[in-house]
Amino acid sequence: MAVAATSSETPEAPVPRVAGRWDATWLLWIAIIAILLILVVSPFVYLVLTSFQAEKTGDFTLSNYATAYGRARYIDALFNSLQLGAWAALLAGVFAVPLAWGVARTDMPGRGLTRMLVLATFITPPYTGAVAWILLAGPNAGWLNRFYMFATGAEAGPFNIYSFTGLVVVIALYSFPYIFIFTTAALELVSSEMEDAANILGAGTWRTMRRVTLPLALPAILGGLIICFLEAIALFASPAMIAIPARFNVVTTQLYQFFGNPVRVEVAAAYAMPLLGVTVLLILVQRLITSRKGFATLTGKGGERRPIRLGRWRWAMFGYAMFVASLSVFLPYVFLVQSSFAKAWGRGFSFDNLTLRNFNFVLFEHATAAQSVINSFLYAAAAATAAVLITLGIAYIVTRRLVPFAEILGFLCLAPFVIPGVVLAIGFYAAYAPPPLSLYGTALILILAFTTRFLPIGYVNASAALRSLNPEMEEAVRVLGGSRVMALRRVVAPLLKRSLLGAWLLIFIPATRELSSAIFLYGPNTKVASVMIFDMSEEGNFEYLSALALILQVLTLPLLWIGQRALGRDFMLRRTAT
Amino acid sequence: MSKLVLKNVSRRYGTFEAVADFSLELKKGEFVSLLGPSGCGKTTTLRMIAGFAPPSTGTIEMDGQQISAPSGVVPPERRRMSMIFQSYAIWPNMTVGENVGFGLQVRKMSRAEIDRRVDAILDVVQMRNLKGRYPSELSGGQQQRVAVARALVLEPQVLLFDEPLSNLDAKLRRRVREDIRELQLSLNLTVAYVTHDQQEALAVSDRVIVMSNARVAQSGRPREIYEQPADLFVADFIGDANILDAELISVNGGQGRLNVLGVELDVPHRNAEPGSVKIAIRPESVLLNAAPGSNAATPGEILKASYLGAHIEYTVQTTHGPLFVVDRVTLEPFGVGTGVWLGLCSNGVTIVPEPSR
Repeated sequence: MAVAATSSETPEAPVPRVAGRWDATWLLWIAIIAILLILVVSPFVYLVLTSFQAEKTGDFTLSNYATAYGRARYIDALFNSLQLGAWAALLAGVFAVPLAWGVARTDMPGRGLTRMLVLATFITPPYTGAVAWILLAGPNAGWLNRFYMFATGAEAGPFNIYSFTGLVVVIALYSFPYIFIFTTAALELVSSEMEDAANILGAGTWRTMRRVTLPLALPAILGGLIICFLEAIALFASPAMIAIPARFNVVTTQLYQFFGNPVRVEVAAAYAMPLLGVTVLLILVQRLITSRKGFATLTGKGGERRPIRLGRWRWAMFGYAMFVASLSVFLPYVFLVQSSFAKAWGRGFSFDNLTLRNFNFVLFEHATAAQSVINSFLYAAAAATAAVLITLGIAYIVTRRLVPFAEILGFLCLAPFVIPGVVLAIGFYAAYAPPPLSLYGTALILILAFTTRFLPIGYVNASAALRSLNPEMEEAVRVLGGSRVMALRRVVAPLLKRSLLGAWLLIFIPATRELSSAIFLYGPNTKVASVMIFDMSEEGNFEYLSALALILQVLTLPLLWIGQRALGRDFMLRRTAT
Repeated sequence: MSKLVLKNVSRRYGTFEAVADFSLELKKGEFVSLLGPSGCGKTTTLRMIAGFAPPSTGTIEMDGQQISAPSGVVPPERRRMSMIFQSYAIWPNMTVGENVGFGLQVRKMSRAEIDRRVDAILDVVQMRNLKGRYPSELSGGQQQRVAVARALVLEPQVLLFDEPLSNLDAKLRRRVREDIRELQLSLNLTVAYVTHDQQEALAVSDRVIVMSNARVAQSGRPREIYEQPADLFVADFIGDANILDAELISVNGGQGRLNVLGVELDVPHRNAEPGSVKIAIRPESVLLNAAPGSNAATPGEILKASYLGAHIEYTVQTTHGPLFVVDRVTLEPFGVGTGVWLGLCSNGVTIVPEPSR
């Protein structure tokens, strides 16, 4: 070894003053911060400002608020939304909690199957579910009504999807996976040892459940209920398809009407405030609940878990799981498929009713349908890529404390979580639709809005991944002579490949379905598949509509498969996924 | 000339002082350990030397040139130091060879030269045959050796260790620390070594710096630290010690006559005045006898006894309070409750200077 010979060298050019404080990476940080201002801060600021501005003149005024809350209809819509959220969340809880407990803690048969079916529910866009349920429970013509009439000989069926109850059921059916995810995550942290401890001290199975297991999972269940509530009040698709024909309004459909001709964005902004306020408030409550002490998180591996033996009841549990799944998956998809291959869906299952015409039409004949699918995938890919890169950069700045007050950046990344899609879209409209930018109807505004909407998913995943990475990995690069950028390129990026792919998919998949922000921002050439489906539902073309919805679902499957291969089968059903 | 000089360095986080007024000179080829309980500031000091954190006050110089000051630091990548991390920080996405060759690659050496040097250093740590493996296929000890090889291959000016052995089991720890010392001596490396394990520090170092509460408690050769602890903290932290009050009867030259446990013995007086003094007695220096004698003057009773194979640990109740005793001699262990007579052997008994405050 030539150690002695070289060790008399002096270190190269030590310049102690500002060296190391400023380098090229700082430009990158500044760029990222600027992007965040564009994506999050400015739409939010414009939303609030616009609500106080007179149309055209831009003078300060309160008249928008007077208009927005000036009619009983508008106020009713607010209360309808609150009721809708509450009932949908409760019903979703009834669906989700037993399933979560059965899957996570018992010897119920078909646990893997149940998980799969919950996943299938989760990746069914709300508008697809709503369409399927119109086929199932439309008054008179709906399949459930027809079966009922056939079986009982009655004159009319009992089901009417075009009602408040109908809307509650449809929303609950497609949002219960949130509660399922939260609850299984918590139950899986309750180790058998905790339950054993209760058993040894003399508590039976039911008492243990009541006194130990449930209380430990309760905050998670409440958290899931809150998320479901917020999902329900922020949802645009199902209310638009069901509430409007049923002649009642909720906040989101009312907002849509303020956005109709002529666009009254100032009034819409004013009207969006309660939705925003309720969301912020409830998210705070949810954080408070789940951060309370005595909650079953962060207890390490949770030890060994043995399933609780249900005995004869295991088949009852299984039956319930299949009942829920048939409402959310089996029945809807059977009739979606039927309708997509039918000349007329009402004519039922017969060979002479079979046709490929619907697929042919939406793929090749319709002027914009195929393009809308391509648009969806392009915009979603662009948004997912942008969101992953931005949040990775910010998570890096925050975890390594590279700039003062870095936590604010993290907070901004998470902030869109409390902004419902429709409200976000109004903010984007207010900020970027007017000149000089005039982005309304461009692909860019859709991509920016999607990126913003899914920043929280990206951030949660990126910072979890970075926190799992020991900073010494990077310090080792630097002490051996490599720069920070080299550490990012050679060590951080390769090690995070997998989690970043996961985050990308977790954004990409929902972004291909995003409707609530797209509906306010699309233009004639930038229609996305979800908007297309919504348009078709207004025209009543259920056969075409089913075909398009199925195409969208089928295109998602390979992505799901990649995600499961790279990250494990439950990658979409983890808590970081929501 | 000193290789590395830290002058009155301190590091504050808000109001918390992690390192206070720390000064150190490292000679070329010297092995210095920073030893102390967790939170004493030793790792912060090491990170300041590496350049990951600027000092809040004070300066650091290498070869007479300033490399750290509150106003700015030479970044770690330009210091020509190497560091071995507590977690090893072996990159799992690179093979052993790629890990070790990384620093050479950064220095834009030719492929052939990189290969030659990587092979040579892998020979030194006896890992040549595992060059193509990935870290996940290696044991903890092997990973540790990769970390050492990766640091050594750059022929660093200064080599820094941050608790490098804390993730190894006890037997391996002993062997690896011997290897590290051997390498350091044969390559004449300048080393700063952070550890909380006092045995490790005593075993490998030329000099040990004991830190406590962000400050230097004592700095000296391993024997000085153990035999003449500067204060009660050092006495208790390095090895075990029974701290007792005793009487210094007289002072004569460098020696002082001490009366403790009914025995009189001569120990270095360490500038103590005759009168009441604090002393530290190593547990192995207390002798247990079944019967009273000239060096067995104080009666006691066995409170606890633990058989540990090579020795027996006793807690003995005496008039001076309970004493912790390690006995390697007794063939027939004393049972709990047995009466014994305590004596002392003079090495392992030392006067501990009282804080002057």
